[in-house]
Amino acid sequence: MTRDPLTSGPPGDGAAKPITTAEQPLRAHPPAVSAARARRWGSFFYAEQVLRVMRNYGWSVVLYSVGQPVAYLFAMGVGLASLVDANSESVFGGVSYLEFVAPALLVSAAVMTASGEFSYPIMDGFKWRRVFYGPHASPLVPQQIASGHIMASTLRFLLQSVVYLAVVAMFGASPSPWGWVSAVVATVAALSFGLPLMAYAASITQDKGQFALVQRFIVMPLFLFSGTFFPLDTLPWAVRWIGWISPVWHGTELGRVFTYGMDENPLLTITHVVYLLATATAGWLLVRHQFVKRMGS
Amino acid sequence: MRGLLQKYLQEPFHIFVGATSLLRVHNEATGSATHSESWQTSFDMNPPTVISARNLTKTYGELTAVDNISFDVPAGESFGLLGPNGAGKSTTMKMIGGVSQRTSGTLNIMGLDPESHGPEVRAHLGVVPQQDNLDEELKVRENLIVYGRYFGLPLSYLRPKADELLEFAQLTDKANSKVDALSGGMKRRLTIARSLINEPRILLLDEPTTGLDPQARHILWDRLFRLKENGVTLILTTHYMDEAEQLCDRLIVVDKGKIMAEGSPASLIREHSSREVLELRFGSERNSLIGVELQGIGERLETLPDRVLIYAHDGEAALEQVSARGLRPMTSLVRRSSLEDVFLRLTGRSLVD
Repeated sequence: MTRDPLTSGPPGDGAAKPITTAEQPLRAHPPAVSAARARRWGSFFYAEQVLRVMRNYGWSVVLYSVGQPVAYLFAMGVGLASLVDANSESVFGGVSYLEFVAPALLVSAAVMTASGEFSYPIMDGFKWRRVFYGPHASPLVPQQIASGHIMASTLRFLLQSVVYLAVVAMFGASPSPWGWVSAVVATVAALSFGLPLMAYAASITQDKGQFALVQRFIVMPLFLFSGTFFPLDTLPWAVRWIGWISPVWHGTELGRVFTYGMDENPLLTITHVVYLLATATAGWLLVRHQFVKRMGS
Repeated sequence: MRGLLQKYLQEPFHIFVGATSLLRVHNEATGSATHSESWQTSFDMNPPTVISARNLTKTYGELTAVDNISFDVPAGESFGLLGPNGAGKSTTMKMIGGVSQRTSGTLNIMGLDPESHGPEVRAHLGVVPQQDNLDEELKVRENLIVYGRYFGLPLSYLRPKADELLEFAQLTDKANSKVDALSGGMKRRLTIARSLINEPRILLLDEPTTGLDPQARHILWDRLFRLKENGVTLILTTHYMDEAEQLCDRLIVVDKGKIMAEGSPASLIREHSSREVLELRFGSERNSLIGVELQGIGERLETLPDRVLIYAHDGEAALEQVSARGLRPMTSLVRRSSLEDVFLRLTGRSLVD
């Protein structure tokens, strides 16, 4: 090995001084390595980008996650509950109104966050600021960009649901030791609703206020008519179907099973799980299809 | 790399040799994949082809955006696609990057088909798109780091590399600013810096200076010229003739998806235009009428709505002939022929409408 006069010590001093990294030229690894890593980990690389962007509005994410449940639980669970509980507890399966409404609010909040994460940012990626086209010029493929966005959003739903659940627990509204599973349920419900929405958002080429319509005519009715504030079977048959197709209802019912052990036919419980997973999977396949269609392979 | 760059910046007359030795360093260091090795062995004598297109065609329904074009780009060359908006330049660039499927023909980038090996091809490339698509919510420096992550590059490389590129793009003092706060020229330079994060040997630049003011364009040209000196192959689309003349070793003139001519800027001008051009303005009403009276002066005459162009070896002599015929133009200008004239000759239209 030849001695480098700039980096090694004076002759005869024994060992050469270690070469510092600053003195070594910077080298990127070869393109073949980039491609192999991107093929394997590309979705994670894109998820990292989405999380870095989210970090910029991290405080609003945290405040939203904590503030919303506190406000809702206080209004519904304490204010409204004082009236409801005084009149009839039997309608709500023998639990307090707060216990009844808490899992519904947990799931609804996750679904509402999903309606935000899977609508405007998708339009932003394809049309407004075209942020999806940056990584598309790198070794990433459209499916990875889609799944990276989904992974980061899923993490957000999960964290938000855990925080929500912690607040619910502080209100004493999640008596079952299985209550924590409802945070996972809320996350799956968010994907069940969010992924088909994301596929729709990826198909929009002209912004004509579609997302405002989605909020008003899909998200709000699902929130109100999914057995959120009162059991679905108290509604007339004419509108009960809204609950059956609603990820909010399936998620809420499942949440109730886990937070306070609601007595439910096991077949119906399985139906909730299957419905949520099936709609999320179908949504994911549609998302992949739309991203590839929009951006090429 | 930084040291080598500085060395070659001090010795601008060794561009070709510089590019060769840099490539050798690069390949020795990386020990890159088989196609790159064969690429390197023949380089010293004859630069290998890094991009090869044959009968490349792209149709969108009835519209043929790219119509049966073929070209080769050797390593280290600065290759331009010159043409008006809608000529099919950007579509060609997208096909090279493997983000748009071709309708027919073959395309080879570093020995790979971008359609079947999109990630492998794009790992070789740096891409500067026509529209900036930076992460506006991230800071300037973070934009570079995040982009490098898409190539699986470790943070230990990306952190110092980002600083190096910010210096190159003259954005060091903006490192912690939000992208929103940058001017158009700064955003463009950041996009170029971002495209260099993986040390690509091929850089695709789609209309790199469109929309920039003259000063910002010159700064950008200077940065691109440095990359060219460093041996990076530049593929550039532009509808600015001066940009093509400044940056391109060789270019194809494209119109309506077809190649109209191919060659170096100087050879195209020599082949398709005269040495000088005399531009005369007689007022918008009179230009076409006076055209008839100018017949016979120079080698060729082109009458445009706003001016008359006389193509001549000696523009001053042509102007004297105009005066001798008793014609008094409102303004007259003698200039060297440019690629604009080549385009006008080939298509009958101006480059910029």
